[in-house]
Amino acid sequence: MTGQEQGALSGRSDFQAIAAWVRPDSTVLDLGCGDGLLLKYLKQTRNARGYGIDIDDANVLACVRNGVNVIQSDLERGLAGFDAGSFDCVILSQTLQAVRHTEEIVLEMLRVGREAIVSFPNFGRWDLRLQVALGRMPVSAELPFQWYNTPNVHLFTIADFESFCSGHGIRVLERVALHSGHPVRTFANFFGSLAVYRIEKPR
Amino acid sequence: MQSGSVGFVTPQSMRFEEPLGLASGARIADYELCYETYGSLNAARDNAVLICHALNASHHVAGRYADRPEQVGWWDNMVGPGRPVDTRRFFVIGVNNLGSCFGSTGPMSTSPTTGRPYGASFPVVTVEDWVDAQARLADRLGIRRFAAVMGGSLGAMQALSWTIQYPERIGHCVAIAITPRLSAQNIAFNDVARAAIHSDPDFHGGDYYSKGVVPKAGLRVARMIGHITYLSDDAMAEKFGRSLRTPDYAFGYGAEFEVESYLRYQGDKFSEYFDANTYLLITRALDYFDPAAAHGNDLSEALAAARARFLVVSFTSDWRFSPERSREIVKALLDNRRDVSYAEIDAPHGHDAFLLDDPRYHALVRAYFDGVFERL
Repeated sequence: MTGQEQGALSGRSDFQAIAAWVRPDSTVLDLGCGDGLLLKYLKQTRNARGYGIDIDDANVLACVRNGVNVIQSDLERGLAGFDAGSFDCVILSQTLQAVRHTEEIVLEMLRVGREAIVSFPNFGRWDLRLQVALGRMPVSAELPFQWYNTPNVHLFTIADFESFCSGHGIRVLERVALHSGHPVRTFANFFGSLAVYRIEKPR
Repeated sequence: MQSGSVGFVTPQSMRFEEPLGLASGARIADYELCYETYGSLNAARDNAVLICHALNASHHVAGRYADRPEQVGWWDNMVGPGRPVDTRRFFVIGVNNLGSCFGSTGPMSTSPTTGRPYGASFPVVTVEDWVDAQARLADRLGIRRFAAVMGGSLGAMQALSWTIQYPERIGHCVAIAITPRLSAQNIAFNDVARAAIHSDPDFHGGDYYSKGVVPKAGLRVARMIGHITYLSDDAMAEKFGRSLRTPDYAFGYGAEFEVESYLRYQGDKFSEYFDANTYLLITRALDYFDPAAAHGNDLSEALAAARARFLVVSFTSDWRFSPERSREIVKALLDNRRDVSYAEIDAPHGHDAFLLDDPRYHALVRAYFDGVFERL
């Protein structure tokens, strides 16, 4: 691996947290996989057999260039082509805030995967709350867009997600909140800028 | 050499004296296969790529002939130096299938038993038979394993069949605009095409060669029907609309609409060079292809033996072999945990898009073959 690649692989601060929860040799489905670097990372560090799903032509091409399996498909139409329990782990990395059918997608993940890993930017972090209190929509490292050009359509907090889980019979197996790549131990919803969850839905 | 093209090429021929057993139970005693090669086989003999042709094409995949420079290979935009399938890296082989009419043994060839052209007595061959014949050619060329086998449409069916019939002899399968089986509608179109040939008085039950005639009228209609299924409604609307060739309606039945003129021209051109018996034979091979049938119609079971890595590409406007059919194959490969990438190219041209220059499509195939090369 070149230094540049190493840099790119560690570029997303949730990669390591996600990799820590992916069991060696497991099968992984990465929804909204982008350029496929997370899957490449999971293959290298966990020997995971992975497939990505993405709708965007440029991302599909990037995945093929990165030597990653990718299936061009629209997440918003669900995972109809995938059998229940057919993957060890279904991942949605920093995408949940950008999808329209949020509820359906999380439930689909937990149908297809024995467990799921979800990461998202935490809208409850103190500096974002402060920006809203001062009358502006927040902009941060994790939410770098302006209100008028953001792809994010559902902004939510760690507290919101946990309430969603308990309301849908979803069990939280593990959680880590991060800021600048480091774990936040206390008041996660106040100090965490990125949240990563490992969840399952008992059948 | 012209930039990007393999330049002038020369077809070759290989004779096989050992009989080939066919799916029908028949045997072909002695046959010849026409083929072309581009690039060179490396010392490890592991950089060979087989390109399989569809209904009306041949072994002439790329380049041109010195004596007929207008005859450019049918996938010249895909195969050549610097092209997506780069002949500076790969040893590319195009082979004319058994039963076709471009030099390989087929209905037009002389039967060793009767001394006359086979005609109607040429056995019906299947995709699997073609793959067996291709494997023998590979043996003779000293190629134990192909880096990739690639094709579009019926050619893609052969590539897929390679992964089932010879799983250890194929590294990558590149299947474009494919279906795992023809639908009732697909078979129906084929039957209408065959009916057109059968109803031509010059057909003579398939033994027209000795009569000095060719069932051109039937073949022409067959091609016109086929051609409609290769294009999308939108592509036809875009290309022809309701444009007339005459200033106004002539209140007759000549080719007044541009689309009529185009189809008639395509039909005429085709009937000049293609053989009617070959058309029957190849459409039948299409009808019969159904690898899942031998596995209780379970495509996942059928592909359980496959070991190759796959690239599957479909086109959104292809209603002949729609993206849903490709997704069935992708699903079956996922069930078997095979390496597979799938792209659905949003192209307006219909089934024929696999032959055209679409930058997204070509960039994808190029990137995939970069990976094939890296894994050599």
